[in-house]
Amino acid sequence: MSDYDPVEVTPLHADELARAEADALAAISSAADLDALKQVRLAHAGDRSPIALANREIGALPPAARAEAGKRIGGARKAVADALAVRQAELEAERDAKVLIEETVDVTLPWDRAPRGARHPLTTLQERVADCFVAMGYEVAEGPELEAEWYNFDALNIAPDHPARSDHDTFFVESVESGKVLRTQTSPVQIRALLARTPPVYVISPGKVFRTDELDATHTPVFHQVEGLAVDKGLTMAHLKGTLDRFAEVMFGEGITTRFRPNYFPFTEPSAEMDLRCFVCRGSSAVPGSPPCRTCKSEGWIEWGGCGMVNPRVLVACGVDPSVYSGFAFGMGIERTLMFRHNAEDMRDMIEGDIRFTLPFGLEV
Amino acid sequence: MKVPLSWLREYVDLPAVTAHEIAEKLTAAGLKLENITSHGHEIKNVVVGRVLEIEELTEFKKPIRHCRVDVGEAVPREIVCGAVNFVPGDVVPVALPGAVLPGGFEIGSRKTYGRLSDGMICSEAELGIAESSPGILVLPADTVIGADVVELLGLRDEVLELEITPDCGYALSIRGVAREAATAFEADFRDPAAIDYPVTGGPSHPASIADPTACDRFVLRAVSGFDPAAPSPLWMRVRLARAGMRPVSLAVDVTNYVMLELGQPLHAFDGATVRGEIVVRRAEPGETLETLDHVVRKLHPEDILITDDSGPISMAGTMGGLATEISDGSTDILIEAAHFSATGIARESRRHNLVSEASKRFERGVDRELPLAASWRAVDLLCTLGGGTAEPGVTHASADVAPVAITIPAGHPGRVAGVPYSKETVVRRLEQVGCEVVDGAVARDGGQGVAASGVVSGGDLAGRLAVTGDDPITVYPPSWRTDLTDPNDLAEEVIRLEGYDRLPSVLPAAPAGAGLTEAQRLRRRVGRALALSGYVEVLSYPFIGVRDLDGLQLPEGDPRRRATRLVNPLSEDEPLMRTTLLPGLLKTLVRNVGRGFTDVALFETGLVYRPEADAPATAPILNVDRRPTDEERDWIEAALPGQPVRVAVVLAGEFERSGWWGAGRAASWADAIEAARSVAREAGADLEVRADRHEPWHPGRCAALYVDGTLVGHAGELHPRVAEAYGLPPRTAAMELELSRLTPAGPAQTPPVSAYPVATQDVALIVPADTPVTAVEAALRAGAGELLESIRLFDVYAGAQVGEGNKSLAYTLRFRAPDRTLTAEETTAAREAAVAVAAERTGAQLRGA
Repeated sequence: MSDYDPVEVTPLHADELARAEADALAAISSAADLDALKQVRLAHAGDRSPIALANREIGALPPAARAEAGKRIGGARKAVADALAVRQAELEAERDAKVLIEETVDVTLPWDRAPRGARHPLTTLQERVADCFVAMGYEVAEGPELEAEWYNFDALNIAPDHPARSDHDTFFVESVESGKVLRTQTSPVQIRALLARTPPVYVISPGKVFRTDELDATHTPVFHQVEGLAVDKGLTMAHLKGTLDRFAEVMFGEGITTRFRPNYFPFTEPSAEMDLRCFVCRGSSAVPGSPPCRTCKSEGWIEWGGCGMVNPRVLVACGVDPSVYSGFAFGMGIERTLMFRHNAEDMRDMIEGDIRFTLPFGLEV
Repeated sequence: MKVPLSWLREYVDLPAVTAHEIAEKLTAAGLKLENITSHGHEIKNVVVGRVLEIEELTEFKKPIRHCRVDVGEAVPREIVCGAVNFVPGDVVPVALPGAVLPGGFEIGSRKTYGRLSDGMICSEAELGIAESSPGILVLPADTVIGADVVELLGLRDEVLELEITPDCGYALSIRGVAREAATAFEADFRDPAAIDYPVTGGPSHPASIADPTACDRFVLRAVSGFDPAAPSPLWMRVRLARAGMRPVSLAVDVTNYVMLELGQPLHAFDGATVRGEIVVRRAEPGETLETLDHVVRKLHPEDILITDDSGPISMAGTMGGLATEISDGSTDILIEAAHFSATGIARESRRHNLVSEASKRFERGVDRELPLAASWRAVDLLCTLGGGTAEPGVTHASADVAPVAITIPAGHPGRVAGVPYSKETVVRRLEQVGCEVVDGAVARDGGQGVAASGVVSGGDLAGRLAVTGDDPITVYPPSWRTDLTDPNDLAEEVIRLEGYDRLPSVLPAAPAGAGLTEAQRLRRRVGRALALSGYVEVLSYPFIGVRDLDGLQLPEGDPRRRATRLVNPLSEDEPLMRTTLLPGLLKTLVRNVGRGFTDVALFETGLVYRPEADAPATAPILNVDRRPTDEERDWIEAALPGQPVRVAVVLAGEFERSGWWGAGRAASWADAIEAARSVAREAGADLEVRADRHEPWHPGRCAALYVDGTLVGHAGELHPRVAEAYGLPPRTAAMELELSRLTPAGPAQTPPVSAYPVATQDVALIVPADTPVTAVEAALRAGAGELLESIRLFDVYAGAQVGEGNKSLAYTLRFRAPDRTLTAEETTAAREAAVAVAAERTGAQLRGA
């Protein structure tokens, strides 16, 4: 490598240097690919290239000639290096374009190797309802589905011979005298909540309930309700209305119109039905002579659920003094809410477990 | 309750508003509109005519008449008619050419049976009055010829069908609805029960009340000389039909008409068949009665009966007896108007599965002051319309009932509503309801009022319900409002009449809450984790049958066979409450496969019902006038079955799909166990898996799942016989785990994170093939000591190279120290220590050693 004597080397003449530079530039521009360019770099810019050798000899020149030769050689080296860099960039771009195009795939190919499942919308809707009330400070209360009659009826002021009791079409367990039933409503959780806590009590309780209806498009023997209960000092019907108006907004969006209408429930007094203005016809179908509406059966309103002020008799049965505390309670059907909110028309779809019904709902409703 | 508006308007001066507007106001007052039916509006051009001549056309197979009918025009009309129940001179309705009948049926002038028919003589059915009619409607002879029939007969009407809640018995009458309508429109109300009936001396037919708890008022009136052939007038039949009751005969129609108008159920006996004194009493053992529907009913000792010397003649308030029924020969009629116990009638009706218009009203509460007025109204109609004579005298047996008085502060309704009402408003609204309101409190006398609902008010409960405060008023509810017993009942009356729509909407401030409990959060996380792993949630019915348990191959005595039985299941095949989630899931899986989805993974979270073998048979019905004691609540809980929350999965087909990327992977026992691990991970629990044999799983592919030594569930591949019994795809896998047994771990503790380099060592061990991998891993962990960061099984091999009956397990062990870089000697020593413990515990040999 270093067996030559620089003294013996003749410095490159200006014209030789120019030729070496020209040769280098020509070789660079004619390099067809990155491998060729690598050879060119070795030959024309490597340690043994004419320009590199000339550069080494600068030190051996008489001092007077050094500056001039250094300038010339430096210029040539820069020109070659610049040309190499440009060509390198050109060839890399060419190669990238070619290679990456060869690696092109069809990104529209499907990928369902491990498909995601889904949660049932009745479950996630119950959670959404609970979240709405948890945000207001409520607790989620729970109770058994196979329930004692005392909790399901008696404590709720539904006496054994009360006409309201026969409307419940109850599943009896073991024997009609066992005192045990499948709960017909989530209201027994009110009693359990009041017995387990001291007021103020604010609880929400979604859950499964049972009535002896045959399954059809609008009835199912097993369905879901959400029960709300608030017992505190000074609660009024205005508070009940305010709470349900907020609930309706959260469920169905701002601008929903609600209505309270007198109704009867043994466990509330006064009692009301909460109606929603029909989403489809906005109430127009109720006007005689207008086109009928299937959603509200041309009533203009949709029944959403029952509510009222907790009957003081219920408070007494739970040991709460009605002269100190008052409360309100409400109950809504989750299936009905799902029907209105998601346009689900047939209850059978909700219970049959066909994955085509459930999958589109994903993890949340 | 179906209310013809023409009937309603007789008793309330309603303004000129549409049926819809009336219905809206009634709905706002609590009588909810179900439906409005219009009658007669489409009928046009039907007039009164007199038949002048009839020519019988005999050449046809059936009787055909060619008639000339005077319809008040210059020339009589020629009309062909197939009915034969009229004679020349009869006055009949005639649909002229161009007329329209109900259903849009148009009448034209046409040729038929060889003659011109210039119109049609109409029957009741054709006019929409009756469902069917045997012949032409013949009108009274003095009807004006040419008059419009719709106007004349009042056929144009609207009927409101209202939903009456169980507390509003009074609204099951025109009287009650009219009162509400009058209040809603601030219009004048004329009480149809305010009848001036003659006060005649002496009793009529002898009668007495033997059981005042069954009946506290019993009225009998007699009519003699009644013409059993007298028809009900058309107006009465039209109203009955439109109110939803079928016209029968004059005597029966009159009792129904008065019931609909006033709300008082009446019963008519054939007076000639009643033997001796009538006594109202409960049934005696062994008594039977053949009722109007020809059913011989065995009577229950609590049934309330009307009896005479021959025994029972009627089941009070539900259905009359056949022997004393009004027949087409009855000339002497006994009208019964009574006030029976609401509870008594409710029970009787339920016991005999007999719901009648009368029982519906009695169990919801009938006005106790009605029987005298209503019975007179019926007698009056029978005499006027049926030519009878009212016998003098009225039998009136009665038991004393204390009046209900409720004292409330005048401000109470406003405090319930959340909006103040003036005392004047409160008093005015209560008076509109029919209450008598007086200033001041009336000392409760301790007497007990028996409400229609059977709820005893008074005594201690009344004291607990009493509302005290300034400016008390005492309210005496009217006799027709048996539902008004408590202070809040009065509040509701005031608030609903002031308008629920005028209540303000105020969001209360609940105390700050703590959010969901850990158990509630866990259930949500489990659902999300399984859904993200590919499982679709189902909510199957919790009803199962013995066949489902047999299908799971459960042995005799398996605790899952001890299931709660329903008395009245929807299907006799599924009378049990599930003790496991699997049957519902498996059937849903089969349904999906049947619908063409062969790759299915499902999960369900829900309760199972596990009765204790020695649980009490009955849950006591506790008192409601006070808080139950803890002991009483424990009695109830002891009688209820355990209802733990479980989660289960089932899967079949490909769990990872085949596709353009290559082959998929079939669902297997491993996925089922992994689902259990996902669930346990969400609870922060370490799941321990042990081989087990447990139905319905494959005996060689079944894992028992433990957390902290507690069995929490099972997972694996199902037994082929289970797959066969349920029609499942082969190798269907399943997992079931009791979520209630997973107590959510506390907050996770931060592990130290070392920045020193890792040292990795691989080790292959040969163990007998039946050695559980978990045992080998546990041994390696124990031996490797604290330097071990993680361990991973990366290969399992069985074959000749490792010897018959053996398997080779290849692990990667990663070591790291918290405070230094490990030396090769340290790592090797740790690895050797790990292998040594594995060898000692499981007989593992280092492969290649």
